[in-house]
Amino acid sequence: MATESPQARDEALGEELLLGQGAGLMKTAGALVGHGFLLLVTSISALAVLFIFFFIIRDALPFFRLEGLRGFFTSTEWYPSGSPPVFGALALFFGSGLVTAGAVFVAVPLGVAAAVCMSDILPFGVRQIVKPVVEVLAAIPSVAFGFFALVVFAPMLQEHGGALLALGAWLIGAPLGFLAIVVLSDLLADRLPDGARWAGRAGFIVLLGGLAVLGMLRLTGALADVTIYSGRNALNVSIILGIMALPTVVSVSEDALSAVGRELREGSYALGATRAETMLKVVIPAARSGILAAVLLGVMRAIGETMVVWMASGNAAQIPKPWYNILEPVRTVTATIAGDMGEADHVTGSARYHVLFALALCLLTFSFLCNVVSEWASRRSRARSG
Amino acid sequence: MKHKMLRAVLASLLGVALVLTAGTPSVCAQGEQSRIVIDGSTTVGPIAKAFAEYYMSKHPEVNITVSESGSGNGAKSLVNGVCDVADMSRFMKQSEFKAAVDNGIMPVAHVVAMDGLPVIVHSSNPVKGLTVQQVRNIYAGKITNWREVGGPDARIVKISRDTNSGTYETFETIVMQKQRIAADVEYVGSNGAVRQSVQSTPTAIGYAGLGFVGSTVKALEINGIYPDRATVSSGRYPIARPLFMFTNGYPGLGTHLHAFVTLYLTEQGQDIIEDIGFVPVTNY
Repeated sequence: MATESPQARDEALGEELLLGQGAGLMKTAGALVGHGFLLLVTSISALAVLFIFFFIIRDALPFFRLEGLRGFFTSTEWYPSGSPPVFGALALFFGSGLVTAGAVFVAVPLGVAAAVCMSDILPFGVRQIVKPVVEVLAAIPSVAFGFFALVVFAPMLQEHGGALLALGAWLIGAPLGFLAIVVLSDLLADRLPDGARWAGRAGFIVLLGGLAVLGMLRLTGALADVTIYSGRNALNVSIILGIMALPTVVSVSEDALSAVGRELREGSYALGATRAETMLKVVIPAARSGILAAVLLGVMRAIGETMVVWMASGNAAQIPKPWYNILEPVRTVTATIAGDMGEADHVTGSARYHVLFALALCLLTFSFLCNVVSEWASRRSRARSG
Repeated sequence: MKHKMLRAVLASLLGVALVLTAGTPSVCAQGEQSRIVIDGSTTVGPIAKAFAEYYMSKHPEVNITVSESGSGNGAKSLVNGVCDVADMSRFMKQSEFKAAVDNGIMPVAHVVAMDGLPVIVHSSNPVKGLTVQQVRNIYAGKITNWREVGGPDARIVKISRDTNSGTYETFETIVMQKQRIAADVEYVGSNGAVRQSVQSTPTAIGYAGLGFVGSTVKALEINGIYPDRATVSSGRYPIARPLFMFTNGYPGLGTHLHAFVTLYLTEQGQDIIEDIGFVPVTNY
């Protein structure tokens, strides 16, 4: 092409334009068929979503017609095989919410910290190794996670529950407390006169730090005495789901952080900001829509997961007492659909069959909303950084 | 050369096949129906399936289909003449009998096996036995601590099969007797998972099929009776029940249907039933 003269190209073009009418038609038809085929292929995935919605709604509606909306959303009594059956799904929604919240609590701080580390702190060579390793987590089948949760993690929680809880409290509490103490002492020291500032700062750090360590020791002392009777509980599943959601959160937020332009970082450094200030005050706020998208994708991963919760959450359809007691077994919406399908499908047409579709519809609606919000957030982040 | 060899091999294969088919005695009379349709309980289903597999391997000309749609639906199918055999994990209700007779169908029950459910605990648990009443109260949430039944001071972790299973159905019928199972009972998806959970949880109680009691978990005496083959088949162990196959009248002697529903009386039938984990009614 490069050697072609402009005239030759024009001639070639002219020849093309002067093709006979029949050949032109053929070409147009060919293009149409090709476009049509591609459009069809593309729209299959979109149509699949529509079909899924259609069929789930079609089978969910009879349930609401038979049993009404009120008991389904407000009762915690789930006895689908009782006589008469009771379909109160509130405890199931609560169970799904609890383990998802727990998973977010595990995955988001860890995931965002890892993403920051990968995008701004680790040298390039190390990042090239770490990122694929984190992504391997996403490739582990969920049944393997479930098996681990049931056979390894649950007995571990039962045997060393208190010690593990104390360890967890330190892992979460120590860095957070350290940050809070440093910031607080800085703020307090700022009020002192100039000369006493350094000494005051050191004094505040020692004082607050001492108090914090004492508090942590008391807390972990109390936690160490906790006995976990059953390792198949919300905590177990939350941690495993958090680990499963980790690769999603890490890679999406790492993309968001990397998308924040170099100029912003350089500008921040030029103004005299430290690396920590640049990260906390410039880069993370600039990437917050992308991080929100990452969190929502993590939520969707956790709420839709079935195998792990079916195997290791205990499947007790209850709201724990008190409600935040994550050491109790819970039952999620997904596990209920999977677990009750076998019994329900042969009584096609009964409320017991349709209630599973009603649950699926709720789940689908929630995921759909999450997806819309995360799409909106990642678009915003792209628009801002691009 | 190659063709010839292939042909020789084929011919010898055919010969062997002919000899084999000729060798098996044929039970059926000429022109008899060679299709058996089975429907019903998910508990009895595995027996019917294993029987069908065995029977069809002996009689390739017979086609047996087994559906598992629950005892109630099995009875309905038999009443409507849709199936030849109704698998049921309970006896027919009066209403079902009446409907059958009104339809000109005479249900005949064949007790193909016994089903027993041991209540299992961790092997370190000092409790030796419970009464049915105590097991019911534990699962209903009225007894929550092992201390109340003579054990250590620890919360009872209750484990149940999922509501899908016939095991659950048996337990619900015989033990719970219309009492609701408490909301904090844990559900697991298989007999193996019940055992896994109980053997790893010192304070757990669970129930599973007879075949799942081994060295890793301890079966409790119920009302003073230890669950084993003898106590289940004699009916002394309380959490046990017969499993039925219902036919329309007694099947004609010598028919495939007759051979099929009396398979449980043969030695092979007994082995099959034992393999699946049920208690056979025969003792070879």
